Amino acid sequence: MANKLGLIIKREYLAKVRNRSFIVMTILSPLLIVGMIVLIAYLAKINDNGTRVISVLNESAFFQEELKPSKNISYVHFDDLTLEQAKDSTNSLEYYGLLYIPNGTTVEEVAKATYLFAKDNPNTSVTQELELMFQKKLRQDRLQKLGVSPKQFSNIENPFEINLSTFAGEKSMKGINEIKAFIGGAFGYAIMMFIIIYGGFVMRSVIEEKTSRIIEVIISSVKPFQLMLGKIIGNSLAGITQFTIWVVSASVLMFFAVLIFGIDLTALSSNSAMPHNTMGTMPQLGTMDNEMMMYAKEIYDIPWGLLIFSFFIYFILGYLIYSSIYAAIGAAVDNETDTQQFIFPIILPLMLAIYVGFFSVFSNPHGPIAVGFSLFPLTSPIVMLMRLPGGIGEGGVPLWQFLLSIFLLIITFFGIVSLAAKIYRTGILMYGKKPTYKELIKWLRY
Amino acid sequence: MDHILVAKNVTKTYGNSTALRNISLQIPKNSIYGLLGPNGAGKTTFIRIINQITHQDSGEIMLNGEPLAQKHIASIGYLPEERGLYKGMKVGEQALYLAQLKGLSKNEAKIRLKYWFDRLDIGDWWDKKIQELSKGMAQKIQFIVTVLHEPKLLIFDEPFSGFDPINANIIKDEILQLKENGTSIIFSTHRMESVEELCEYIALIHKSEKILDGKLSDIKKAYKNNVFNVGLQVEKDAKELMQSITQKFNVLSSEIDVVEHQLNFKVQLSTSQTGNVLSELSKMANINRFEETIPSANDIFIQTVNNKDNGK
Repeated sequence: MANKLGLIIKREYLAKVRNRSFIVMTILSPLLIVGMIVLIAYLAKINDNGTRVISVLNESAFFQEELKPSKNISYVHFDDLTLEQAKDSTNSLEYYGLLYIPNGTTVEEVAKATYLFAKDNPNTSVTQELELMFQKKLRQDRLQKLGVSPKQFSNIENPFEINLSTFAGEKSMKGINEIKAFIGGAFGYAIMMFIIIYGGFVMRSVIEEKTSRIIEVIISSVKPFQLMLGKIIGNSLAGITQFTIWVVSASVLMFFAVLIFGIDLTALSSNSAMPHNTMGTMPQLGTMDNEMMMYAKEIYDIPWGLLIFSFFIYFILGYLIYSSIYAAIGAAVDNETDTQQFIFPIILPLMLAIYVGFFSVFSNPHGPIAVGFSLFPLTSPIVMLMRLPGGIGEGGVPLWQFLLSIFLLIITFFGIVSLAAKIYRTGILMYGKKPTYKELIKWLRY
Repeated sequence: MDHILVAKNVTKTYGNSTALRNISLQIPKNSIYGLLGPNGAGKTTFIRIINQITHQDSGEIMLNGEPLAQKHIASIGYLPEERGLYKGMKVGEQALYLAQLKGLSKNEAKIRLKYWFDRLDIGDWWDKKIQELSKGMAQKIQFIVTVLHEPKLLIFDEPFSGFDPINANIIKDEILQLKENGTSIIFSTHRMESVEELCEYIALIHKSEKILDGKLSDIKKAYKNNVFNVGLQVEKDAKELMQSITQKFNVLSSEIDVVEHQLNFKVQLSTSQTGNVLSELSKMANINRFEETIPSANDIFIQTVNNKDNGK
């Protein structure tokens, strides 16, 4: 018996792995993904590298020191030109714009009369930088009138961030909850994708056996349950093979892409991830490093062993539950177009799990909604994984919840598989009927 | 007599509909047993129960004297009516896979496959994919896969559908050969001409019930009703002659062939009349044909089913 199961698994695996579209997908996907990343990085680079040149016609006595070149903007100073001449030169030199600072007695007055001339609407990052510069100067000027010296001013300007700590006394970090949930979310998302893609494989494979009419030949040799199980295992092994190839080849490709194109991967994330740092001044860099170290430590402190171990448990149980439902659907229909009405209810809890995960687990990993969905068997593989980077026990998921969710999954697994096997057993020998849910329930009683 | 398969009071229901009601059959060893019946009568359900694809609700089935169990799968070969093969798989691989599922070792399966492929003249198909073959070609492979593990009991459900006449003949000869070699064969069909050719025993299933079974020759005898076909060579007026015959005997139908001077008619006689009729007719004309009509399996089939439907 075990021997036959082995034969079925082997056949399903080989049939899948040798399939032309499977091979194409396996080879092409990493190329596409890495290609996309390279393209995005390249485009972002082009976008950024345009350090804009702005010509300055400064007729006032102020703003001599403030116009320092930055990452975005460099300045060219025009002297002894009229505004019209300056405009013409800016145009003919193809500079990004002309900053006109007229003469005046106070900073206030000058700032109010200042104009930025540009060909069309200037980039917001340019205007923002200029505005910030003017704001700072104005603030300094106003405070100076109140008797604050420039040195005192620069002391005042130091930004402030609140210090965070757990009760255990460890210094904790802002945003670490999000990072943890995000890592868990990545695992959960991987499970969802795996279930949808490879569950679909199982379903199509069942439909193929039905439409090619080989099914009756096979089940006169093996039990339908064996066939279903072999199919599920064989297809998931093919899936794992594909997954492994993807991860390995994408990493290798990425490594070479970074080497060849010299892509700065951190540049991709730094722009958006930490907006408060763009305002930062030089002295802050020291604390930045410190901060990064702490993030790194927190990420290092995530219980990776536990996470990967539970990823496999939740993955296996979740996949077995869902793919046996997929197998039952495949058995119930005659062709793939009839599957839609049945597939939607399957995908629903998966989508729900992802959304609930991202909205509630991110903000409150151990709140009632997060707990509920991480216990409910159809969503727990995804939601529980999002909670787990906090660890098990104090400060993390209570042990009983972890064990209960696995226990519920195992119970559900046996329940669903036996129901699915009944539908499967009846469905594979039914032709030409488009089944309704009512019909399926009837099949359960045969 | 020894039986390969004995079914006792087998009943199977699907929800509210009954597929088989109290079916009892004895299938003798080393014979070809025809399982007949209109579409939807329950033949396939019965065959699926023998193959343990589904299970009866009540009743028992003995195979070779033992209650039917999972281990018997290896001693049954089944060619279903709805049959096919994996389209994308190579012929040889596929045949090996199916043979191994029936419990053959890989090496043994290879040796036997080679023998059969040569025998049916398809040796060069080993590396072809099923989708490259015609329907008839694929049927040959299915036939080989069915008989490869040398089962004691073979079940063929409409084995000749999809074959051209030449290949159908080849398969028919193979089936007869298998029977010679000691295999018992159940043959399910509603094509009566192949029943006449092959079956020694038949059972007729109609609307979930067995309405007739036994040895085909016995059944035919029982269905004989003393109707004779008579042919007379006439020189003079055929019409007049026919009238005088009609007065004496119960003539069912008649026709006169003017060109050939031939008078043909069908007559219903009572059992004692036969000799009498012959002597009387020979006085009237030259008898060139006198034979008892034996009902064909087809006639029996239709007659029995109709009788049943007309509510006996």
